[in-house]
Amino acid sequence: MDVGAAYRVPATELNVLVAALDDAGYAVWGPTIRNEAVVVDRLDDAANLPHGRRTVQAGGRYRLDATGDARVFACVHGADSWKRLLHPPKVRLWRCTRDADGALDFAGDEPAEPRPMAFFGVRGCDLAAIRRLDDVFDRAAAPDPVYEARRNGLFVVAVECAEPGGTCFCASMGTGPQVERGFDWRLTELDDADGHRFLVGAGSALGAELLAPLALAPATAADETARRRQGEGAVMGRALDTAGLGEALVARRESGYFEQVAERCLGCTNCTMVCPTCFCTTVEDTSDLAGTTAEQHRLWDSCFTLGFSYVNGGTVREGGPARYRQWLLHKLATWWDQFDACGCVGCGRCITWCPVGIDITAEAAALRAEPVP
Amino acid sequence: MTAPPLPLTVREVVGETAEASTIVLDDERGGLAEPVPGQFNMLYPFAVGEAAISLSAFDAGRLTHTVRAVGPVSEALRRLEPGAQVGVRGPFGRGWPMRRARGRDVVLVAGGIGLAPLRPAIHAVLAEREAFGRVLILYGARSPADRLFIAELESWDARDDVDLAVTVDYADGGWRGRVGFVTALLPHIRFDPDHTIAMMCGPEAMMRAVASKLTARGVPASDVHLSMERNMKCAVGTCGHCQFGPLFVCKDGPVFTYAEIEQLLAVREI
Repeated sequence: MDVGAAYRVPATELNVLVAALDDAGYAVWGPTIRNEAVVVDRLDDAANLPHGRRTVQAGGRYRLDATGDARVFACVHGADSWKRLLHPPKVRLWRCTRDADGALDFAGDEPAEPRPMAFFGVRGCDLAAIRRLDDVFDRAAAPDPVYEARRNGLFVVAVECAEPGGTCFCASMGTGPQVERGFDWRLTELDDADGHRFLVGAGSALGAELLAPLALAPATAADETARRRQGEGAVMGRALDTAGLGEALVARRESGYFEQVAERCLGCTNCTMVCPTCFCTTVEDTSDLAGTTAEQHRLWDSCFTLGFSYVNGGTVREGGPARYRQWLLHKLATWWDQFDACGCVGCGRCITWCPVGIDITAEAAALRAEPVP
Repeated sequence: MTAPPLPLTVREVVGETAEASTIVLDDERGGLAEPVPGQFNMLYPFAVGEAAISLSAFDAGRLTHTVRAVGPVSEALRRLEPGAQVGVRGPFGRGWPMRRARGRDVVLVAGGIGLAPLRPAIHAVLAEREAFGRVLILYGARSPADRLFIAELESWDARDDVDLAVTVDYADGGWRGRVGFVTALLPHIRFDPDHTIAMMCGPEAMMRAVASKLTARGVPASDVHLSMERNMKCAVGTCGHCQFGPLFVCKDGPVFTYAEIEQLLAVREI
């Protein structure tokens, strides 16, 4: 549905929205600051959002500075993402018991959180990332029960970025900073001559239903203009030319350039752990000492490890160049073949959290400039 | 990951070679969907782990897998005794093009344990022998003692309507057959390249060589089928491990046409 009429929420009243979600039965999650970084945590009160801070980000660098004002969403994401809640880093898939006769009995696992979740403050990049995960887990031939249990009933409160970070490039990827779909509510924070305030609009019937009883004042035409200008004025830290990019990279998949990247890449897997769309997992099988109960757990995995592509006889992607190529080409090229979308949403986390500052936008541009081997 | 595994009882374990065994599982209740030739199951020996193992035969209520012990899971599968239970998920993947093969010559090329996933295709062809043209089976094993399904090989060899050629890399004193790679058998076989379906499974280097020789003989790349192997955890396209360029071997394959993967096969470490 189209985004419904926007309403004004005074800066001091933001908790009205959090409380409304809590009253509606949601477990509300939102960004907060822990150990000087933005993380996603349970949000009991809007006061726990990261007020008055901004993120300073560059390749391998992340710091929170004071903005000197009271804005809540000037501070973009940290390493953490909503992926952790929808696609947990470690989850038990099933338990199996073996009786005295050797008969096995398997039991699937129940979801850990009985209440549906509400995500409060999802940026455009992360909103797109949730759609990418939906493609993998929900729209697969066999929907994933772990993902579905968490995704079904999810209430999404998107927030538009006024101040993108130094490694952000959502504008290049078409995922932000303004958002037009895929949410129940959309928040925009404004702080101008008309004062510090929020605009909230519904993007779903449920969103409209939950907004109605709050009796909020309608936004003005000036508010809408301010919202549009703020989005247009948002300055991206990075840019990526996506025109024909997938084809250009595939044509260069045997380029010697990957060896240059691999000389810098530590193979630490940070980029895949912080990426909000990286979905790969491994399984771990355990048993008790008595040998009567066993479990299978699913854990996040990374294509940068040697074990990831191991088959009898050896590892397929033995060299660092092949492993970086797998990641880069999956994000920017083969994801299109698999899911008809780009695997990169332009959040910049992989750049910020790379210990040596390898920059996906710079590497893709440099590779594209290489001759086709 | 879809649903948890289904426990199935081991009916029989037959030693094939020093390293490989055939495990017959009982699914008389039909808890799993009926497989097609070329598909695989995820087998879970209790508390050890899961591995993707192709079906080497199936008929009503019996699911047969042939495994070579190369790691903890395959070793545990080989040590199973009749009456024990294993967890099974499946069947998964795209199998051999049995319908497309009807009315054509069928060239089946196997290397080592690669004969296992081809065997259900051979069974299907022989069950309706008159529906197919020439049937040629080329099989390369490391040594005579490494041949799988020896009694069955002899029964195929005894048929007038099947051309079977077996070669070994290393012969022993008693071996009277061919020595050399399976690719060396190709120039000697006769088939109609315009009306042939080829199916192969074996080491990638072998499949690359065989596929390129068959296409050089005029078989269209879209009629040459290869069964690929990659690391697999989930078997439903969500763990990411089996990616082969843009393809997920578990759900897009494991059987691919040479036309689909010729370029990928030429890329090292992809």
